[in-house]
Amino acid sequence: MHEASITESLLSLALEKASEAKAGKITRINLVVGELAGVVSECVQFYFDAISKNTLADGAVLSFETKPTRIRCRKCEKEFTPVNHDWSCPDCHEIGVEIVSGRECYMESIEVE
Amino acid sequence: MSVKVITVGEKILGANEEKAKANKKRLDKHGILTINIMSSPGAGKTSLILSTIKHLGKKARIAVIEGDVASSVDAEKVNALGIPVVQINTAGGCHLDAFMVAEALDSLSLEKADLLFIENVGNLICPNNYLLGEDIRLMIASLPEGDDKPYKYPAMFADTDVVLLNKVDLQPYLDFDDAAFRKVVTGLNPDVIIFPVSCKTGAGMAAWFSWLEAALKSKQTK
Repeated sequence: MHEASITESLLSLALEKASEAKAGKITRINLVVGELAGVVSECVQFYFDAISKNTLADGAVLSFETKPTRIRCRKCEKEFTPVNHDWSCPDCHEIGVEIVSGRECYMESIEVE
Repeated sequence: MSVKVITVGEKILGANEEKAKANKKRLDKHGILTINIMSSPGAGKTSLILSTIKHLGKKARIAVIEGDVASSVDAEKVNALGIPVVQINTAGGCHLDAFMVAEALDSLSLEKADLLFIENVGNLICPNNYLLGEDIRLMIASLPEGDDKPYKYPAMFADTDVVLLNKVDLQPYLDFDDAAFRKVVTGLNPDVIIFPVSCKTGAGMAAWFSWLEAALKSKQTK
C-alpha cells in the first residue's frame, strides 16, 4: 500500500509542474529511486495507470533510475556495495557503516507536450 | 508537437515533509514532546504506551494518537486509563503520514498536553519514509523477531533516535544474540540509545522512564 501513496504524491507533483508550465500533456516522468527506498516500480506503474486516467498524465511512461545501495566504512572510509546482507567492510572488516546512497526517492524531470 | 523537458528535482514525498514541519511547529508552540513509535506488529508499541502512562500519568499530561489499519482496540485500552486518544484508521494504508496526524491534532486539546505518543502502523518499511512532526523517533525491536532485523531494515535502524529492545524476559527461550544486535545497530547509528526492557515484567523500564522525564524537562525549558 506504500506504493499507492507514493504514486498519488508523484502524480500530484507532476500535475502541479505541468500546469505551472501550461503543458497540454505529460508524456514521461523521470524518477530516481534507491534500492533501500522500498518502492516497487511495477506496482507504482500499475497504480499510476489507474489513477492518472483523465488527467494530463494519462498514458505517461514512468521511467525509474535505480540507485544501488552504497555504504561507507566509518573507520577506513572505504565505499562499497553490500553483498548478501554482509555490511562489514571488505577491507578492514569493521561493522560501523554509513549509508551513502540507495535511499533516494525523487522526481528528476517530466517531459511534456 | 514538440517535447519539452521540465526539470523538477524534488522529493516525491516533499509535500509530506512540509506538512510534518508545520505539525512540529504547532506542537512546539504548545511545548509538547512528541514521540513517533514504530515497530513491526506485536513488538509492544501499545504495551509501552500503557506502561508509560501508568508510570508517568501523574507527572505529565499525556495524549495519544493511535494509527491502525483497522479497529480501535488499542485506542480503547488507552482510553480506559483516562488519557485523551485519537484513533486514525488508515483503511489498508501501511503507515501514518503528516496529513493524517494534522487532522488528528485538530481533535486534541493541545493546550492540555505535555507529551504526545504517536503509535504508527506496525511495519518496519513505510513508516520510516513519512515524517510526522515528531521530536523523537523511537523504534521497538523485540527479541522474538531475531537479532538480524537491522540487516533487513537498515534505514529504519539508521534513522531512529531510540531503540527499545523489548521482551528481554524471553531471552532464556531464544537464540537472540544481544552483542551481535548492538554491534550492527550502533554500526549503522552511532548515536542511538538502546534500552533493553520488558514491558511485561517491568525489567529495565526505570531507565526508559528517567530518560523520558529528562527529555520532557528539556523540552519544557526550551
